Amino acid sequence: MWEYTDKVRDHFMNPRNVGEIENADGIGEVGSLACGDALTLYFKLDDTGKIADAKFKTFGCASAIASSSALTEMIKGIPLEEAEKITNQDIAEYLGGLPKEKMHCSVMGREALEAAIAYYRGIPLPMAEGEVVCECFGVTDLEVKRAIEENKLQTVEEITNFTKAGGGCGKCIPRLEEILREVRHEAKPLILDQRPGRLTTLQKIKRIEEVLEREVRPALRKDGGDIELIDVDGDFVIVSLRGACGTCKKSQTTLKEYVEKKLREQVLDTLIVEEGK
Amino acid sequence: MNTVYMDNNATTRVAPEVVEVMLPYYSDLYGNPSSMHTFGGQVGRAVEEARGKIAALLGARPEELIFTSCGTESDSTAILSALQSFPEKRHIVTTRVEHPAVKNLCESLDKLTGHKHRITQLPVNSDGTLDLKLYEESLSDETAIVSAMWANNETGVIFPVKEMAEIAKSRGILFHTDAVQAVGKIPINLSQVPIDFLSLSGHKLHAPKGIGVLYVRKGTPFVPFIIGGHQEHGRRGGTENVAGIVGLGKACEMAAQQMQDENTRVKALRDKLEDGLLASIPNSLLNGHKTLRLPNTTNISFEFVEGEAILLHLDRFGICASSGSACTSGSLEPSHVMRAMGVPFTAAHGSIRLSLSVYNTEAEVDFVLEKLPPVIAQLREMSPFWQSQHKGKVGNSQCKCSCS
Repeated sequence: MWEYTDKVRDHFMNPRNVGEIENADGIGEVGSLACGDALTLYFKLDDTGKIADAKFKTFGCASAIASSSALTEMIKGIPLEEAEKITNQDIAEYLGGLPKEKMHCSVMGREALEAAIAYYRGIPLPMAEGEVVCECFGVTDLEVKRAIEENKLQTVEEITNFTKAGGGCGKCIPRLEEILREVRHEAKPLILDQRPGRLTTLQKIKRIEEVLEREVRPALRKDGGDIELIDVDGDFVIVSLRGACGTCKKSQTTLKEYVEKKLREQVLDTLIVEEGK
Repeated sequence: MNTVYMDNNATTRVAPEVVEVMLPYYSDLYGNPSSMHTFGGQVGRAVEEARGKIAALLGARPEELIFTSCGTESDSTAILSALQSFPEKRHIVTTRVEHPAVKNLCESLDKLTGHKHRITQLPVNSDGTLDLKLYEESLSDETAIVSAMWANNETGVIFPVKEMAEIAKSRGILFHTDAVQAVGKIPINLSQVPIDFLSLSGHKLHAPKGIGVLYVRKGTPFVPFIIGGHQEHGRRGGTENVAGIVGLGKACEMAAQQMQDENTRVKALRDKLEDGLLASIPNSLLNGHKTLRLPNTTNISFEFVEGEAILLHLDRFGICASSGSACTSGSLEPSHVMRAMGVPFTAAHGSIRLSLSVYNTEAEVDFVLEKLPPVIAQLREMSPFWQSQHKGKVGNSQCKCSCS
């Protein structure tokens, strides 16, 4: 159950300006049947360059219909140059807010308006010029960047909420992370970079050996102990403690609090270290 | 405003008779069934009496039932038990249309167990039915367990569970079925079907939420999931949900009595509803096999409109239904069931499930038949694809969804 504002409900149940305009000055089509929502926006200008009439047709959920209806109300009677400044946030605010998972509906409204203005001016749609990042929903990097900047987005999940990018097969999520970092001028965190999500068993063994050799063994040897890697089975790392460690009462603590912690930090955070008998 | 409840595959009304038998266990009869004293002992007897009634509905022995907290716990217990019983077998056969309780569990096994598992998700035909030949070919010596639902929650389509279980048995492979939607709606006789594990959930058959059952055939290897006290003979720790168990016993007793009504009167209501909607609304199509189906469920797609919008309009009239399209940004694709069946995109986003129960009336069916067609017409009126459809154009192709 979505928590919609009364204004969203009203614009959904009683949508304003549904229909088409014959000989419209501007027509903007965004979305598609496959995507689950689509909007066609029409506007007609008067002699002074103001939007005399606006109509829409929308396929989609309640907030898509409400966003379309709100948009037509917002642009009617104002000059085209003013309409051009409307952002997705303005549409969401006009409706008293939208659930965060539905913000893409307001973005769709804004993009339809841009497409209709580009149609009127006979120029290609600026946003469509970019590189297509999300193939499922046909979202370009320019659209993603703008959504991040204008809405101060922090996570990929938020990007999906606003642009739908990443909401289909999810293949573009690494690219979205990259764009997010680019826009927010953040360097790649080093540790994450060293720990990819999936490792083959061979890669795991190599990395585990590296960490043991570089950090764990030197520390244990100081106390007269040592450690040997016996086996890696899935996430289970079987080791044997040697020397002083083998008889130390605290060896379990060493294993869990020190060895496992180090390996989780530097190899894979799901690893479980156990002592082989 | 009256509520017209047609979402019984989501959950059901707790039968008043069920509430009535449960109430004493929330007041006077609060004893622990494991206690040595008479006060607790009488509660223990009530649990065993309920166990007998549930076993009777399933054609099982009472000692083959383990009480759990829900259908999901039963599913997890069965599958994880099989994997622990045969740790050397790392292959599972399931289907593409399972409930998330099975689907997501199977997809998370590597993380859960720390071992890599091969998961075969069998495809379904466009009517939601399963190809037995493909199933047979998918089994191998590596297969630890087969998990296939008895009936699908979205479409009501029934799988040939008996044949599938027999094939698995002949190959020495454990067989689990999620029968959450089937129990109480269609006859089940486990003395005739060689199933090892069966999951059921109370709240789908007019018992309360929070009570489930896992059937484990006598002789099937079993490793408990929740470890604790000796309850359920050590097979599931935790003090029994006594009121829930007693309620489920009553609900199963009633289901056995109402099975006939469900498969005649409720089925007739469902058919009237379905035929009426398909006849009065153009460009509508049935999702799922016409006859190999639960008697209470219908799933219909209305082309060129979106499910959530339909549901919200129905909600205005107090009509409760559900949709196969989630329309949240995180999962904009239609449900995995619709996708597995290959329902075209023109229709997949506009699928509506209406699921009835013995409490529905003909007047309610007439009410939905009166209210739903204008809702679809109104939404189509504002859909850019409705008119374009008549112009012979279906949408624009900008969006290349990979989810077909």
